[in-house]
Amino acid sequence: MVNIYIDGIKYQAEEGKNLLDYCLSVGLDIPYFCFHPAMGSVGACRLCAVKMYKDENDTRGKIIMSCVQPVQDGMIISIEDPEVKHFRAQVIESLMNNHPHDCPICDEGGECHLQDMTVMTGHVYRRNRFKKRTYRNQYLGPFINHEMNRCIQCYRCTRFYREYAGGYDLDVFGIHSRVFFGRHQDGMLENEFSGNLVEVCPTGVFTDKTLKKHYTRKWDLSTAPSICEHCSLGCNTIPGERYGKLRRIRNRYNYDVNGYFLCDRGRFGYEYVNRETRIKKIKARFGAELQDTTEDEILDKITNAFEKGKTLGIGSARASVEANYALNKLVGAENFYAGISGKDHQILRNYLDILRNYPVNVPSMKETEEADYVLVLGEDITHSAPRLALSLRQTLMKKAMDEAARVSIPRWLDHAVREFYQDGKAPMTTITPYNTKLDDVASKSLRLNPHDTVKFGFLLANRINNDAPAVKDYPGEWDEWLDQLAKALINAKKPLIVSGWGNGLEEMLKAAANITQALNGEERKAGLFYALPEANSMGLGLLEGNDLSGIMETGDAPENLIILENDLYRHFDKVQADKFFNQFKNILLIDHTETNTTDHASFVLPSGVTAESSGTFINTEGRAQRFYKAYIPEAPVMDSWRWLGRIENHLKKTGGQWNSLDECLAELVKGYTVFKPLTELAPPSGFRINGEKVARAPHRYTGRTSMHAHKNVHEQKPPQDEDAPMSFTMEGYNGTPPSSLVSHYWKPGWNSVQALNKYQQEVGGPMHDGDPGKRVIEPTDNPKQQYFKVPVFETKTEAGELYLTPVPHIFGSGEMSSLSAAIREATPEPYVLIHPNVAGQNDLNEDDVAIVRANGKEWKLKVKTDDKMADDVAGITTGFRQSYIVELPLKGNIEKQEKK
Amino acid sequence: MLSEQEKKEIAEELEHLPRKTAGGLEALRVVQKYRSWISDEAVSDISEYLGMSETQIDGLASFYNLIYRKPVGRHVILFCDSISCWIKNADNLQEQLGKHLGIKPGETTSDDRFTLIPVACLGACDKAPVMMIDDDLHVNLTEEKIKEILEQYK
Ligand code: SF4
Ligand code: SF4
Ligand code: FES
Ligand code: FES
Repeated sequence: MVNIYIDGIKYQAEEGKNLLDYCLSVGLDIPYFCFHPAMGSVGACRLCAVKMYKDENDTRGKIIMSCVQPVQDGMIISIEDPEVKHFRAQVIESLMNNHPHDCPICDEGGECHLQDMTVMTGHVYRRNRFKKRTYRNQYLGPFINHEMNRCIQCYRCTRFYREYAGGYDLDVFGIHSRVFFGRHQDGMLENEFSGNLVEVCPTGVFTDKTLKKHYTRKWDLSTAPSICEHCSLGCNTIPGERYGKLRRIRNRYNYDVNGYFLCDRGRFGYEYVNRETRIKKIKARFGAELQDTTEDEILDKITNAFEKGKTLGIGSARASVEANYALNKLVGAENFYAGISGKDHQILRNYLDILRNYPVNVPSMKETEEADYVLVLGEDITHSAPRLALSLRQTLMKKAMDEAARVSIPRWLDHAVREFYQDGKAPMTTITPYNTKLDDVASKSLRLNPHDTVKFGFLLANRINNDAPAVKDYPGEWDEWLDQLAKALINAKKPLIVSGWGNGLEEMLKAAANITQALNGEERKAGLFYALPEANSMGLGLLEGNDLSGIMETGDAPENLIILENDLYRHFDKVQADKFFNQFKNILLIDHTETNTTDHASFVLPSGVTAESSGTFINTEGRAQRFYKAYIPEAPVMDSWRWLGRIENHLKKTGGQWNSLDECLAELVKGYTVFKPLTELAPPSGFRINGEKVARAPHRYTGRTSMHAHKNVHEQKPPQDEDAPMSFTMEGYNGTPPSSLVSHYWKPGWNSVQALNKYQQEVGGPMHDGDPGKRVIEPTDNPKQQYFKVPVFETKTEAGELYLTPVPHIFGSGEMSSLSAAIREATPEPYVLIHPNVAGQNDLNEDDVAIVRANGKEWKLKVKTDDKMADDVAGITTGFRQSYIVELPLKGNIEKQEKK
Repeated sequence: MLSEQEKKEIAEELEHLPRKTAGGLEALRVVQKYRSWISDEAVSDISEYLGMSETQIDGLASFYNLIYRKPVGRHVILFCDSISCWIKNADNLQEQLGKHLGIKPGETTSDDRFTLIPVACLGACDKAPVMMIDDDLHVNLTEEKIKEILEQYK
């Protein structure tokens, strides 16, 4: 720590840190554009100017850019000096020469960093009398709107897109006063993280195109802290609502999890919520028809039907812990089934076993960025756990920073670091059957079929540590790769093994675990990051439901069935699922969206989606995270756990009637100690600040008194939330609440998302009171060093036979996101991915329709080829609406569909 | 598709460079030599050959004034409009030249003979005002001299 003087006041600062970052961190307002906490400094915009003086006697000083200035001992600085203030106002003036000043029709208006900075510098009057330069805007696909005239050339977009996220199709064109940020030609932005441009761009150039369909200003949105429901990583989100419609999803900063960024599935996958075909009414079956009915009536009917006989409950990996618990309690643990396939069940069991009993270290997403060697084992992470791929990509920058530090380039001097490292690679090896996006940063990529990958994994564990079981019989050329990789991992201080659900192989997880065990030692703690399929797979796993595949096969089912937020056709073969459903007399379904399962229900209760519910998801690393309603959905839609509580109360005349989430949680933790942290995730609903609840709507929320005027001229009483210490209106505390209750970033003078600086301990650091969320599983104190046994490896394929391996896709494989309009537009047709040699042997060309046969079944799929993939594999898109193909991986054949 | 000759010359340039991706500018120059300007197709051809995205190549191409992303005439006139030449009446001369050819800066004559492009300093300030046509430098220009010079380029 050194002393520095800013406008005559003494501060203690960390030497070498960048000055802008430091000043913002201590709450001093210096305007800036191009600096971004996640991306460092480039000194492009010249707005962050301050004065620096040689010593106390220096009265003139010189103007410097604070974002590229390291903090030095005894430094004397002025932010308020009139000359430098004038300088900053001039920078804005020149940046605004060509700006259209179209705030009233600009989607950024009201949360625009350019507006904020303009006001902050005091520039108010346009003097330039010449024509403004104008641009043609581009079509950039279904997610992002483009309005280039508003650009102020800060280069944040290309720095994020190209350098941080590894995109190739957004760049800057031209020179001098005509620089254009866009694509070579109109077309969809290809990078999976393009949506972050909306928040990264400080002006209205890149804005959310889905929001445009039902545009609402930031100040008119009711928002709540929420969790993304579209994969198992648990990125923190802020859904915004008005007039009962979900309008958009924004990133909610969580230092440990998603930081500043979301993937495009998480950001744009929300549109299914507003679909007409949502389940919004209570329904009961009369003959072939489901008809609307009332709550009282249905509860009586359910009681009548379910009183007699045994009831089976099927939980869900996409429903909250609370909802699954409520069902578990209602039907009894012995009748509670996890509702996932036998294969997924097995993976989940093993994964929990590893977390509980093995000496593993599961890093947070943030910690994965710190890994100094990464092995991606058999998984296309970009598509199975997208945000993680963005973090893994940052290991490149970490390496580059380490290299640059040797020649004294500061870590935050982004562009210099990148220039220094040039085309250097990340410390990463990927082993996958086909080409994946991470390959472009990986120093090495191996193409192996999934079964060979498993074998390779077990071999590698043994190569690293003799205690790990040995494998005989493998191709001789692997030796060199194994030696290299073993060496790289052993030399690393923080090695990390990554895999996930996408490859569908239980043995893959075991191989990954063995490598981790083999690496673990006194001096080294290896990380294992395994991505489960759904938002609450982990929560479901911890409730220890039974394996449904057991009774699916035996057909040994009781009379009654309750299904919680689950479409069994996504987990089981159609014939099997049909047969299963037909055995039941009564089927009660609680869900928010119609699926193939809805057709079998005799009773349907409408549940809220995540943005309409309160509860907890536990992410794949075991982090429990609370989400709250952004708005109260129109009755009778409500939280699944509330429905289940009411049914229990009606059926058994005892318990279950929870009035609030707190009550439900209190009961839950009594039964399950593992869930104890769930009660500590956020303050209880009785919590108040200065006697007030925390306001969901901002102070400037408009039109409240007339919102319902078409129904009743009197203002309605605002809805109450029993589950959160938050109000649904602007009444309430509007300062900085505990971070678990932060639902918008807003501070005086800071209307844009950059106000976030003021909610953090230091810019880019943890939230002011620590980040929300708590791990529920930590490794045991006395783990036994143990290894999984080497499995019996698949026999070689027969002539013409291929390994059919699942190919997850960020747009298409997500159950709910794939119903959303923009995501649908970005989703490819289901396809089979093969090597050109395989295509040639079967007389197939790109875009032909191929018939894939396996297991006595066949699927028609479009052909895609990849000349870098393994040639004994056919990748098949998995989880797509048109074809779930639940049984992958399999062995099978491919042939051309003959034209008639 | 790049021609064999284009490929050969680009490959020669690449030999002096540390990485293929550093060869964008050289590749653009080679291709422009043969095709006189860089069309969208040329951008694709180069990007394919160097294993870079079209967007990356286009970003590079559009950065350099002397890489033409629009068709140019048979001869390109680079007319200096920087300070020394400006002092020596270049403004006026350039306007006359434009009138004579019937085009504005950045345009091409209808017979595709000339394209007029202003540039900043050709490094011959001591002989201002100056212009360059194709690879030839013409110095100490006057209105009459310009007309004579133009006649050498058909
Ligand atoms: S970008 Fe910001 S300053 Fe520009 S028009 Fe939009 S709201 Fe106004
Ligand atoms: S488009 Fe936005 S982010 Fe990109 S340079 Fe312009 S203002 Fe900056
Ligand atoms: S923020 Fe310092 S120059 Fe842009
Ligand atoms: S100013 Fe014209 S050649 Fe230098």
